[in-house]
Amino acid sequence: MADVPRSAVIGRDGLDSLIRALSARGRTVVGPTVRDGAVVLAELSGGDDLPYGWGVELEAGRYRLVERADGAAFAHSAGPQSWKTFLHPQRERQWTADRDSDGAMTFSQEATPAPSYAFLGVRPCDLRAIAIQDRVLTGGPHEDSNYRSRRERALLVAVECTEPGATCFCVSMGTGPAAGPGYDLALTEVVDGAGHRFLVRAGTAEGASLLDEIPHRTADPGTRAAAESAVTAAADHMGRTMPPVDLQALMRGTLSAERWDDVASRCLTCGNCTMVCPTCFCTTAEDITDLTGDHSERWRRWESCFDLEFTHLPGGPVRATPHSRYRQWATHKLGTWYDQFGSSGCVGCGRCIVWCPVGIDITEEAHALARERDAHAPAEER
Amino acid sequence: MPVPYRVLRAGEETPGTVTLELVPEHVALNPFRPGQFAMVYAFGAGDAPFSVSGMDGDRLTLTVRSAGAVSAALARARAGGTLGVRGPFGTGWDEPAGRDVLVVAGGIGLAPLRPLVRRTVAARERYGEVSVLIGARRPGELLYNGEILGWREAGARVLVTVDRPEPGWADDVGVVTNLLDRAVFDPAVTDAFVCGPEVMIRVVARELAGRGVPAERIRVSLERTMHCGTGHCGHCQLGPLLLCQAGPVVSWARARHPMSVREL
Ligand SMILES: Cc1cc2nc3c(=O)[nH]c(=O)nc-3n(C[C@H](O)[C@H](O)[C@H](O)COP(=O)(O)OP(=O)(O)OC[C@H]3O[C@@H](n4cnc5c(N)ncnc54)[C@H](O)[C@@H]3O)c2cc1C
Ligand code: SF4
Ligand code: FES
Repeated sequence: MADVPRSAVIGRDGLDSLIRALSARGRTVVGPTVRDGAVVLAELSGGDDLPYGWGVELEAGRYRLVERADGAAFAHSAGPQSWKTFLHPQRERQWTADRDSDGAMTFSQEATPAPSYAFLGVRPCDLRAIAIQDRVLTGGPHEDSNYRSRRERALLVAVECTEPGATCFCVSMGTGPAAGPGYDLALTEVVDGAGHRFLVRAGTAEGASLLDEIPHRTADPGTRAAAESAVTAAADHMGRTMPPVDLQALMRGTLSAERWDDVASRCLTCGNCTMVCPTCFCTTAEDITDLTGDHSERWRRWESCFDLEFTHLPGGPVRATPHSRYRQWATHKLGTWYDQFGSSGCVGCGRCIVWCPVGIDITEEAHALARERDAHAPAEER
Repeated sequence: MPVPYRVLRAGEETPGTVTLELVPEHVALNPFRPGQFAMVYAFGAGDAPFSVSGMDGDRLTLTVRSAGAVSAALARARAGGTLGVRGPFGTGWDEPAGRDVLVVAGGIGLAPLRPLVRRTVAARERYGEVSVLIGARRPGELLYNGEILGWREAGARVLVTVDRPEPGWADDVGVVTNLLDRAVFDPAVTDAFVCGPEVMIRVVARELAGRGVPAERIRVSLERTMHCGTGHCGHCQLGPLLLCQAGPVVSWARARHPMSVREL
């Protein structure tokens, strides 16, 4: 491996070659592309599918594509989907049960080979989100083996952020705008007087061998410096921030805050925030029996903690009010996720803010909770 | 994926509640410990969590109260039928480490406690006082009637109370907490095990803590919606506790705070 490059510079053609090289290796390449007025994640067949020249305008409850003069490919931030769509799909069959004429049951699980994905354009926040779902679905005493096989076969091409959206707060959550660990390749886009190019760094041997395979040139100091300063500058213009406090302690200490009533009066409990969240993993089990009555399938599908049925017990739902359901979501993300999985469940991507139909902003709610706590805390505790 | 178990015996415990004895059709699951639960599947109806109410080699005993679609289908199971079982899941009741043992059960909550009671009376000489306090709505809803005498004979002080007595009822009337005064235990060296409706658990645990039983030594078994048992579906959260993993058996030291917040 000694003579394989660990970093290099590629142009638009290099990006196109990368997609083709990944496809040639039998991978399904998924990345950002413009469709129906949004940057979505879909299968890419070549570099031309990338959203060159498109940016986004984001605000609470608002998403708009805007054209950019510089032709940048990755100057948009997180779109409505995240990689969980592919790694932890919305619906999946888990096993089937068959009953014979004597009433005896047999269970089976089909062994369909997992697709071998290459994700192109994984944002630093989403790179962390994937690591968080890895912990949830494969890091405990029981593992989701379907998730594991898709995940193990997936190759990740990260892209660092140089144009954070108005709803981004990755700096507060410690996830971006520079790429953390976990990528096979990381790209940083540079558009300046010296041209449109991408600094590429390999994080794994497979990433390095891909880099070796596509047209590239040595990473020059100018490109390195431009890439680094673009990412550093991005950190300085985050659209949102979390209050600079221990969020786990804030959540634990404000379970009876009045602010939950305030947010509950606005929240529609539609669950959009949970669907777009890259770490939300909750699912429900469904059993579907065919017309013969002797073949039944177990499916699992995404479910939201905003659904009233989520806490259904024979005596009625545990979380009957919108107040308790929003509180569950926010305190799980920012607080109890640490207790359960050892990290925050929020990566600061801002999707929940953008895709909330009434513009509820988790950072604003956290600030309000911090203010309410401070107002009630005795002076010496502040 | 569930493992098929054959119903060896299905006995009506009380109206609407059956005790099922199961044997593996082929291979058995790993052994269950008292307090752990299984996800039990009835064909086409789905599965739900049930704490094992007995285990003997490969055999599993479940006591199912018909309360909804899945439990009703399980309660209809007859000898010779097959069910699907996954598990063992969750935490179990710890082996009592102190001198006195106090078990408090309300309604179907006696089912998860039964293996613990049986284990404790089988090793009766190891403990000081052993008290089993049982509450039921009506005399007809008392579980394991045929066994209780045996627990008494083995040296456990078994006290029973009902909310609504019937003619001929000679035992206590009222909530199970009333029995605490007649149980014999030294709080400082007692291990307490509590299961029943959530309000009952809260009242009993607070009362025991108030009497000086250390919160770490009061264990409660809690119920939340469960769709997986494996920590992946997210349904069973009670604040910081993912109950299918951190529970269902939790110490009062950990359960006290989350259980004091409404609709958590
Ligand atoms: C750890 C544990 C141990 C238990 N041990 C025992 C025991 O030993 N004995 C016993 O009798 N019981 C036990 N229970 C309770 C038992 O699991 C419930 O009685 C059972 O869930 C009853 O519900 P059901 O599935 O029959 O019916 P339902 O109440 O109909 O529920 C069926 C399932 O479908 C879902 N569901 C039902 N209706 C709806 C709806 N309208 N919308 C959305 N979802 C819905 C629920 O989430 C549930 O999982 C235990 C529970 C737990 C958590
Ligand atoms: S916070 Fe917004 S997106 Fe989330 S459930 Fe409420 S209304 Fe829907
Ligand atoms: S039952 Fe699914 S996470 Fe606990």
